[in-house]
Amino acid sequence: MDGRLPDHAASLMPDGPLSIQAIEISKRFGDIHALDQVSLQVDAASFHCLLGENGAGKSTLVKCLAGFYRQDGGSFLLAGREQDIRSPRDAHKLGIGMVYQHFTVASGMTVAENLMLARDDLPWLLNLAREHQALQSFMADMSFRLDLSARVADLSAGEKQKLEILKQLYQKRRLLILDEPTSVLTPAEADEVLGMLHQLTRQRKLTVLMITHKFREVTAYADAVTVLRRGRLAGTGRLPETGTDEMASMMMGNPENRPVQTGPERTIPAKAQSMNLAAERLIIRGLHGSNDRGVPAVTDLDLVVRSGEMIGVAGVSGNGQKELVEILLGQRDASAGEILVDGLPYRATRHEMRLHGVYSLPEEPLRNACVSSMTVAENMALRNFDQVPVTAGWKTGWFLSRRRMVARSRSLIAEFGVRPPDPMLPIDGLSGGNVQRAVLARELGQPVNLLIVANPVFGLDFAAAAAIHQRLQMAREAGAAILLVSEDLDELLALTDRLVVMSAGRIVHAVATADADPVAIGHHMAGGHA
Amino acid sequence: MHDGVALGSLLLALLGGIMRVSTPFLFVSLGECITEISGRINLGLEGTLVFGAMSGYGVSWLTGSPWLGVLAAGVSGMLLGLIHGLLCSLPKVNDIAVGIAMMLFGTGISFFIGKPLIQPEAAMLPSWHLGSWSHDPQVRDALRVNALLPLGLGLAALLRLAFKRTRLGLVLRLVGDNAAAARALGYHVVRLRILATVAGGFLAGIGGAFLSLYYPGGWNEGLSSGQGLMAVALVIFARWDPVRCALAALLFGAAGALGPALQSQGLTQGYYLFNAAPYVLTLILMTLSWRPGQTLAGSPGELSLTNRS
Ligand SMILES: Nc1ncnc2c1ncn2[C@@H]1O[C@H](COP(=O)(O)OP(=O)(O)OP(=O)(O)O)[C@@H](O)[C@H]1O
Ligand SMILES: [Mg+2]
Repeated sequence: MDGRLPDHAASLMPDGPLSIQAIEISKRFGDIHALDQVSLQVDAASFHCLLGENGAGKSTLVKCLAGFYRQDGGSFLLAGREQDIRSPRDAHKLGIGMVYQHFTVASGMTVAENLMLARDDLPWLLNLAREHQALQSFMADMSFRLDLSARVADLSAGEKQKLEILKQLYQKRRLLILDEPTSVLTPAEADEVLGMLHQLTRQRKLTVLMITHKFREVTAYADAVTVLRRGRLAGTGRLPETGTDEMASMMMGNPENRPVQTGPERTIPAKAQSMNLAAERLIIRGLHGSNDRGVPAVTDLDLVVRSGEMIGVAGVSGNGQKELVEILLGQRDASAGEILVDGLPYRATRHEMRLHGVYSLPEEPLRNACVSSMTVAENMALRNFDQVPVTAGWKTGWFLSRRRMVARSRSLIAEFGVRPPDPMLPIDGLSGGNVQRAVLARELGQPVNLLIVANPVFGLDFAAAAAIHQRLQMAREAGAAILLVSEDLDELLALTDRLVVMSAGRIVHAVATADADPVAIGHHMAGGHA
Repeated sequence: MHDGVALGSLLLALLGGIMRVSTPFLFVSLGECITEISGRINLGLEGTLVFGAMSGYGVSWLTGSPWLGVLAAGVSGMLLGLIHGLLCSLPKVNDIAVGIAMMLFGTGISFFIGKPLIQPEAAMLPSWHLGSWSHDPQVRDALRVNALLPLGLGLAALLRLAFKRTRLGLVLRLVGDNAAAARALGYHVVRLRILATVAGGFLAGIGGAFLSLYYPGGWNEGLSSGQGLMAVALVIFARWDPVRCALAALLFGAAGALGPALQSQGLTQGYYLFNAAPYVLTLILMTLSWRPGQTLAGSPGELSLTNRS
């Protein structure tokens, strides 16, 4: 009834890795031209990377290929044959599997159940013993393993991503699409996962099409790249002939105007020597807190952040950083301990945040810092919609002035380069990077005393990442105290003044960044401090 | 000695209460469990219960067959479930609000259609007299079992298995846990949720038939005393496990029998207080099972009632 592919369509296809050709694919969302006649060619058994700025249309293109969206124009050839892909099921029948940018594992279920559910030919009554045997022998062939009976909610982000990939490999896919698969992995985990996929392409078992922002991964694994820019094809190239500079200039358009920054410049603050004299903005004493399941996640934590200083919190994800940030932002109650801001007790109420100028960029900002169904303008006004610049009316301002709200958000959008520059769009229609920019604009759009930031450049293209890093440094130069929680050690080493390492809810190591030894830090992150 | 006899007969009275009172809890909570597993809440089951009681009674009266009445109650429950499921599938519609509307609609329409049913005597559901060996009327009473009770208990065990080892069971849990994941695998989230709500309505309707065709029996407007709503709390307390739902239903049945049992023991004052036992139990259990800052273990991720974000 919904025009599925007949089952024999798949059996007509030759076996082995698929080649794909996308011909002039177009896709609009309302007024936004997400894709404008984009073509793409991926050879069978190749490792192909898709690059582009945030909002370039990469996810949209692969979602059309995976049957999640239906393109408005254009067609796909698979192994040289035109195919109409109307649903994810159609894609599965053709051997196409996709790992989405956001997790699509069911966290209340076990690893085994997630893997079974991925099967398209699941019988209505399951023989659990036989399913487990099949899963076990499949796991034995993989270079990374997961405990089949573990509940997914108990897995780390890296393990969840591995599960996503295992889910696809268990289906014997012939083309695997990955949308920024490594943004939640440590570099070592990324190499483990990508190395295995690369090997499968060399064995001519699989074709891989991967979206990434990391040039390191492109140069290490890709055979070819396709670059998108603002919904159009910006160029293609083969590796290793194409250099990263060339790719970067394809992504950004005009290379002269936008010099390539590989990382933020490290500027030692001039007032580094006088640091000890600077005011202690944030003082945390003996903080304890529990996670969602009531298990202690933050244990006896002490930390001081001074104004004009950026402190980095390093650690493998799941060691209490998330809970620490949530406590500081009022999303979670501390079970014991004391938090002082500017010397006054701080319980993260709206009033205190406003009084002390506490702002934040939490991780997953769409979930943690936005109301996803509201517009960009409304989201940008969440901090101050009830204050005089945004309110109107007799004297104190009794009414919210939408005109002023939209006007203010327009200027923030321009200043922070949010795309598309439309304040009336629902914020969940923006690409991941642009949501981040919109929230940052809201948080840094006024003088800041204390800034709490978690993984600020997850999934951002390098230019956007550099821009956000620059904003953070500007805020520090202006005297803000910044707490930067990140899983990316390079980011911390490049930006911060002091570094602490969190492991199992405690601070196990503290060092001035200038004297930091990455090897020693890695050792502490891995829990080797006992 | 005297105390021993009193305690014994109190326990017998409680057992008899379990046999009579817990069945509607059991069916409604199993139905709600199926619906909530798929990520929706149907607060309208109170209305479904009453509507099932009315239509079951009516059909039994018209046809003379109480089992046809039970079937009719289930089918009318499916109808209300379908309405709830379809309404909730419209964009920007909240399932809790729809549930409250459906609760009022279900009871209202039952009272309206059921007016002529208050007088006539319909055929009642038969029961097994397992206590006929005894001469003690209390024992005989306590061991009178209606077929729907074992049926419901068996169904609970079957459902637990089905959630673990059938495709439909796994898929329903997936849909309730993470709709985006289900969609990515090509499942029709909305269709499955409607299906789960319809199935839930079927069971709740049967629970209603028990009210009018067995105990307390007959059709009147005061037939249900909020069992449909308490069953929702019960599912949460049972952490979305059908077998624990069944155990909790038995517990609620016993609590519901406490007041009448004490009264039959000759307690003349204050037994009203014990009549409130199921409601107090609901409050206590809900308080015990919620903790701020924690998600409930086993709670379906898509459920609007338990979502933190
Ligand atoms: N569901 C949607 N509704 C409305 N607009 C959308 C939707 N999905 C994407 N867009 C818009 O389409 C454009 C392309 O988005 P897309 O998600 O494909 O970008 P991307 O290249 O994957 O970016 P990122 O690197 O940030 O993930 C963006 O301008 C975005 O705002
Ligand atoms: Mg994307």
